[in-house]
Amino acid sequence: MELTISIILGFMIIGAIYAIHAKDLLSAVIAMGIVGYGLVICFLLLKAPDLAIVQIVIETITLVIMVAVVLDSTRKELELPFDRKSLVNMVTGFVIFAGLFYFFLHAIEHLDPLGMHSLRMAEPYVNGAVELTGSINLVTGVLFDFRAYDTLGEAVILYTAALGALTLLRMKGKKTV
Amino acid sequence: MTVYLLCFVLFLVGLYGVITRRNLIKIAISLSIMEFSIFLILVLIGYIDNGLAPIVDPGSNAQVYVDPLPQAMVLTAIVIGLATTAMLMAIAIRLYRKYKTFDIREIKNLRG
Repeated sequence: MELTISIILGFMIIGAIYAIHAKDLLSAVIAMGIVGYGLVICFLLLKAPDLAIVQIVIETITLVIMVAVVLDSTRKELELPFDRKSLVNMVTGFVIFAGLFYFFLHAIEHLDPLGMHSLRMAEPYVNGAVELTGSINLVTGVLFDFRAYDTLGEAVILYTAALGALTLLRMKGKKTV
Repeated sequence: MTVYLLCFVLFLVGLYGVITRRNLIKIAISLSIMEFSIFLILVLIGYIDNGLAPIVDPGSNAQVYVDPLPQAMVLTAIVIGLATTAMLMAIAIRLYRKYKTFDIREIKNLRG
């Protein structure tokens, strides 16, 4: 299991690096699709079918939005000049990455190894969920019963984002510059 | 442990994209990549070997299910990720119509 996930993650990393370095914005957007759909396969292998369904729908919507934006504007990636300032930035970035990596190595020492997770916190949810919520799907039980207000807040956020996007797209801008 | 490390490498690739690219679309893509790596690491933490998907079969008892709590949390996070990406794209297309470029070095009317 660990090997399979590692191979898919390797493909996802290659896709991510290509997406960041592509000269054409359209191919960058499509390469981001590799990462998103690779994530769907990982979710299926990790026994999370609900997540896989949601992720495949949302990845498709994101791709459609991004392709629409790119086709409506320009496909050219910018030229980045290489000078002394970018060298300083690269060194700073490398130091920050090394620091983050060090702290991450310390942090994962306290995690259970993959597949040996103990259901310490989820025990009451798993044991009593079917009788309490009447839903045989535990994820749905958590989302729509134990944490129903959380889901309500999520719906409000979605609505607000849709309103914000609509407002931004309908506004008439000032013709200056 | 390798899987956690690879997840973190994916996160670092996204961070690298955010801090080095100067194109709004590329920055949005890099943010999505960082999001994906966080989702994967949360689901990996909740995985149990030979566990079943968290859907209870009433006929059989004494089964091991994978942890449903990280899955519920990631489900919320995925949907909110779509909301942020849609907002980012709307802002990007507005800025493009005004400035005719995605270059954040040239979009500086908001500078104080």
